[in-house]
Amino acid sequence: MRDTRPLRLITCGSVDDGKSTLIGRLLWDTKAVKEDQAATLHRDSGKQNDLGLPDFALLLDGLQAEREQGITIDVAYRYFATDKRSFIVADTPGHEQYTRNMATGASTADLAILLVDARVGMLEQTRRHATIASLMGIKQFVLAVNKIDLTGYDRARFDQISHEFRELALSLGVRQITAIPVSALKGENVVYDGRASMPWYEGPTLVEVLELATVRSAQTVGFRLPVQRVSRPGESFRGYQGTVAGGSVKPGDSVIILPSGMVANVTKIVTFDLVRNAAVAGDAITLVLDRQVDVSRGDMIVSIDSQPQTGLAFDAQLVALQSDGIQPGKRYWLKSGSRRQRVTIEPASQLDLKSGKWNPAQSLPMNAIGKVHLSFDEQAIFDSYEQNRTTGAFILIDPDTNNTVAGGMITGRRSSLSGIHTEDSRVILSLPADLADQILASELFASRREEIELRRVNAGRAAEIFDGIDG
Amino acid sequence: MSPIHPETELHNPQSAKIPLDPHLKALENEAIHIFREVAAEFDNPVMLYSIGKDSSVLLHLARKAFYPGRVPFPLLHVNTGWKFPEMIGFRDALMKEYDLDLIEHINLRGAAETITPFSHGSALYTDIMKTEALRQALDAGGYDAAFGGARRDEEASRAKERIYSFRTPDHKWDPRNQRPELWNVYNGMIRKGESVRAFPLSNWTEVDIWRYIQAEDIPLVPLYYAKPRKFVDRDGMLVWAEDPRFEPLPGEQVQEGMLRFRTLGCWPLTGGIRSHATTLDEVIAELEIATVSERQGRAIDRDQSGSMEKKNAKDISDDRFRSRRRARHHFRPAASRACSCRARHASAPPDHLR
Ligand SMILES: Nc1nc2c(ncn2[C@@H]2O[C@H](COP(=O)(O)OP(=O)(O)O)[C@@H](O)[C@H]2O)c(=O)[nH]1
Ligand SMILES: [Mg+2]
Repeated sequence: MRDTRPLRLITCGSVDDGKSTLIGRLLWDTKAVKEDQAATLHRDSGKQNDLGLPDFALLLDGLQAEREQGITIDVAYRYFATDKRSFIVADTPGHEQYTRNMATGASTADLAILLVDARVGMLEQTRRHATIASLMGIKQFVLAVNKIDLTGYDRARFDQISHEFRELALSLGVRQITAIPVSALKGENVVYDGRASMPWYEGPTLVEVLELATVRSAQTVGFRLPVQRVSRPGESFRGYQGTVAGGSVKPGDSVIILPSGMVANVTKIVTFDLVRNAAVAGDAITLVLDRQVDVSRGDMIVSIDSQPQTGLAFDAQLVALQSDGIQPGKRYWLKSGSRRQRVTIEPASQLDLKSGKWNPAQSLPMNAIGKVHLSFDEQAIFDSYEQNRTTGAFILIDPDTNNTVAGGMITGRRSSLSGIHTEDSRVILSLPADLADQILASELFASRREEIELRRVNAGRAAEIFDGIDG
Repeated sequence: MSPIHPETELHNPQSAKIPLDPHLKALENEAIHIFREVAAEFDNPVMLYSIGKDSSVLLHLARKAFYPGRVPFPLLHVNTGWKFPEMIGFRDALMKEYDLDLIEHINLRGAAETITPFSHGSALYTDIMKTEALRQALDAGGYDAAFGGARRDEEASRAKERIYSFRTPDHKWDPRNQRPELWNVYNGMIRKGESVRAFPLSNWTEVDIWRYIQAEDIPLVPLYYAKPRKFVDRDGMLVWAEDPRFEPLPGEQVQEGMLRFRTLGCWPLTGGIRSHATTLDEVIAELEIATVSERQGRAIDRDQSGSMEKKNAKDISDDRFRSRRRARHHFRPAASRACSCRARHASAPPDHLR
């Protein structure tokens, strides 16, 4: 029945574009609403619309404050399924001051549905939401041109809006775009097709697009295991527990432990059910290594031939989530995977969501999206967010309030601090892999790991490089 | 209280383990990740254990998360004295089989004041015997994290609750002011006295729970399966009528018929459903065509919508009956027979509640 992982999606749009109605309609038409909930819905719907249909938005806007104000103020998660797959929907607020909630919903989403009121067309908010969604790594967009019933099913209007949107999405680097004319209220082109009123539209319904969308997987080829805890139930067993954040692993693989740089081999992958012969991204496992190495929570066990970046300085983009914004020079806690460490933030620029331009900035107010420099006291370990949405993502915690004040995405390491300084004298070696592993495993090497640049290449490539240097 | 069922069956009728599909595997991985993260980040976690199906899944996931080690925290069962006896028998057998630490707590002050679902109505009873009792137990243990089996699909206001749900020192949840939660990076930083409720099953639906129970062959309290049971029809709610404390209202006829329960709790507040589903497959088949949500059987939720939120707000403000008296029973059923007998005894209600 469910042969894929659940698809996570987010709905965005301006207030009153019909987001809640659309999700309510999805739940309704996929039979995710039970009879007694429906009865409550009919009862609560008080003032109904002209069509005598219930107010589907009430299925979503759970908090009483929201009902009273008639708006959505927080991210709500909803669940529905078709025969082909199941879905987790984040319904997020439309108001500008809730951009942070949208970023929260977008952080885990594989696909974004952007709603536009067919009578109004694209708004500044649409650009804002599309920009945030793409920054948070969403690569699949669906444009739902909603309330198409109120335009008399005007095809020209639909074509015009979808053309404008396509240009916007392409400018953000998003290439998977589907535009659909929809009436969320009447349920046209949501789960059931709207051919009766829109014979001119021959594309898929919303649900058909969702069923065929791809679920993101970690893009790095290299194995990544952020260590959550060390399991030592007795003298004879020592296992490293965590969720594989990229790549895959099997017994016999050589791995390196970061930040120490120690090398070891995998002997076993233990789970409750059986000893496994491989684990892939997403699997929660316990890894056993062939030798006594010092591994603790916050370390990362990675493949030897494709490592993440380690260093004391990185560049990132972040979304400021709290009213204090992000202050320059302040020390925050940064948490990424299971690793938590001190960091200082230097804002560099802020995105102007209207123009799409990055303007210089010294600090970032709430809801701002900024580019920042991160400086650490101790080695940090990251992939770029582009390559890995787990090992490239982090949150910032304000030590004064303990609140989560930013969500961030690594763009890269700042090379000036990678251990190589112009005045240093360096040696480039080309060694057989097994000899390199032995050296890597030595104490002396491990103690100066951060001063070393390491690239694994095959013999042919090494020869080329040396030719290049000599010639 | 009626006699404890002497042998509790820890295997489901006619069940064969089937491999997890990618959907359930993804949910399982997420839950294990949350368990490990909380266990690593907090000093003194506890797992709320209500004996029902969600708790059973939660417990199974905890065992998986820490395998080959033991579950590194105790389970906390808030008893009221009005649980189905089959639940208590099952609980004790399970604790023994799996070598788990159980803490049972009853609000003795409530019991002493003879707060029953019949005398005080479901709302006040729930307030004192469950919500206040839970607060007492959490205060007594000084826990900084408590795992719960709540799911976001249970109720509209739950849909917004975080996976790490922050609680003030007086156990307050402020739905308007929750910490943002991005990716699977959880913020476990709290001050002394504050705590976090952690919900590993947040993204599960009722159907997921049942399909996972089936796939993993997780033992369940037999109340989930239909068998001939005595009950009365009380305004459409089918109330179990086999407890010695049960009293029919004027005009009520005790009937007997095939009955099972979709959720478990205190028997006076938990309506059964007529069903012939005697195996897990049959229960699931019934569920997949069910048109009524699982909460419908619960008396507490039927008054108004926004109920969980209200329930929560109320348990915060209502300290009319606050008291320092606590009951706390520790036991390790694995230790000895005598020990688990004592535990069973402890869970029986005080004399005057009979
Ligand atoms: N005619 C019509 N009205 C709609 C449609 N979708 C939503 N609405 C109405 O638009 C209003 C705002 O919808 P709501 O879902 O609350 O918008 P949100 O703020 O984006 O969540 C409500 O009165 C809906 O009934 C539609 O497709 N056609
Ligand atoms: Mg809304």
